[in-house]
Amino acid sequence: MNAFLYANAWLIITVVKVALLLFIVLTVNAYLTWFERKVVAHIQSRWGPHRVGPHGLLQPMADGLKFLFKEDPTPAGVDRFVYFLAPLLALALALTSIAIIPFGPDPLPWKILGQTIYLGILPPHVNIGILALFAITALGVYGVALAGWSSNSKYPLLGGLRSSAQMISYELALTLSVVGVLLIAGSFNLTEIINDQTSRYGILGWNIFPQFLGFLCFFIAAVAETNRVPFDLPEAESELVAGFHTEYASFKFAMFFIAEYTSMITVSCLCAILFFGGWLSPFPATWTWTYYLPTVLLLPAGLWVIWDGLHYETIFGKLILPGIGAVMCILAIALVIFPGVNNYIQAPFWLLSKIFVFLFVYVWMRGTLPRLRYDQLMAFGWKMLLPVSIANVVITSFAILRWGAIK
Amino acid sequence: MTAPLIIFFVLAALAVGGALSLIFQRHPIHSALSLIVVMVALAGLYLLLGAEFVAAVQIIVYGGAIMVLFVFVIMLLNAGIEEHTNFSKLAGFPGLLLAFALTGFIAATIARSTDTVQAASQPGNMASTRDLSTMIFKDFVYPFELTSFLILVAVLGAIVLAQREKA
Repeated sequence: MNAFLYANAWLIITVVKVALLLFIVLTVNAYLTWFERKVVAHIQSRWGPHRVGPHGLLQPMADGLKFLFKEDPTPAGVDRFVYFLAPLLALALALTSIAIIPFGPDPLPWKILGQTIYLGILPPHVNIGILALFAITALGVYGVALAGWSSNSKYPLLGGLRSSAQMISYELALTLSVVGVLLIAGSFNLTEIINDQTSRYGILGWNIFPQFLGFLCFFIAAVAETNRVPFDLPEAESELVAGFHTEYASFKFAMFFIAEYTSMITVSCLCAILFFGGWLSPFPATWTWTYYLPTVLLLPAGLWVIWDGLHYETIFGKLILPGIGAVMCILAIALVIFPGVNNYIQAPFWLLSKIFVFLFVYVWMRGTLPRLRYDQLMAFGWKMLLPVSIANVVITSFAILRWGAIK
Repeated sequence: MTAPLIIFFVLAALAVGGALSLIFQRHPIHSALSLIVVMVALAGLYLLLGAEFVAAVQIIVYGGAIMVLFVFVIMLLNAGIEEHTNFSKLAGFPGLLLAFALTGFIAATIARSTDTVQAASQPGNMASTRDLSTMIFKDFVYPFELTSFLILVAVLGAIVLAQREKA
């Protein structure tokens, strides 16, 4: 048994990692819906979900149960094979793209089954990181397009058509806007792209400064690729009922949603990695006191959770929320006692903070911006975004030729 | 059987099965989907040979851009199930002959070649992106630019053909 474990260590560890990452991503997805509803509600002076659990925190669970137990009718006249394939394809491709993201530079301090464990599924030396991501994104459109077509209904078909056209148009700008970063880093490897942004001055080494134009193009194109407001034409409620997923119900409908939220997370990861230094701290490396930021943030957060929980008279107030708060406080105190751990949590802490900021921007945009008209969308993609990103490539190339790569 | 060999046979079966299904499916969308399977399986084969860049580009360009365009046009035209005509003898007879000739030619070439495919999958032998770009943009820059020019001409031709006549 032991020999078998050691002989297949790599395979077993990868499977465990995949399961773990899936669990984390799906949980984050569920709470992202809660986060989005809450933030949009507060932007619009409402409360958002607040009935199920404290602050509506159990709402995602209620939603998930509802999705699972709803009746799942298959409309007459659908192309059955493609109709069932489309949500699977959308979800599988969206989840696969997360596998390429590295979540930290250092392997775990101990070995498991004789293997060095890195944070992230691919080993850090895989050379086609960003290209593989674009390959998966390129296939991602099929989920939406095929769902629209196979439903055999006019609104989904229109949604699917819009989505295909939109994704073809914006994929060009998306790919071109990253070329500047690739030129500076000289590598497709995401870990190397991050390490290339290291500098003595912390934040000043990030790619956002030389590549601001590239970042703007990338973010706009990425929002369009993920079909989010203000580019959510494929599912425009006021025009197309619900767009490409009108004819889907129950969990198949939920799969499209999970796919959409997972792509949001992927795009946020990419923004952080390509332009905002990934897991690098924004402070210069000599400011060692910034290493205690996670501790300093965790302790008041834990205290606040305890204080907030005491307002509820149900089991949440008596047990769960104070319990969670207490665990957070104990973790913070443990960090004070063992400050060496700080070195290991720095990278994931900064990466996750940056991802969170971009997720917030996504939701913020949804709460703020009106939807574009279809012809505006196309004109913007082809006449504005594409030329600007090409110009960015040209300018960056010349700058690197003239002055060499910036560091 | 080693793991790469098993993966090779799975991908090869997918590619051949996809190609057959492409021909025998009656609905254009199903044919297009089969073609996507072929493209992705081929990309997997490239990856197995250690050509990471080519594999990624295969999926991005063929699996993504070109096939999305195919699917888009089929959806836009709302093409239905194809009508099957009787097997044309004129096309069938030389077609079969040509197919046999091509297969024989390829088989003969493979039988005569001395290089083994294994050479490419040696770890130190990977075709890096850098090597590829040096080749395209330095050694073969003129043929490459000529090809780009050809594509540009084709694009211009498409625009001219699609342009509405001025009233």
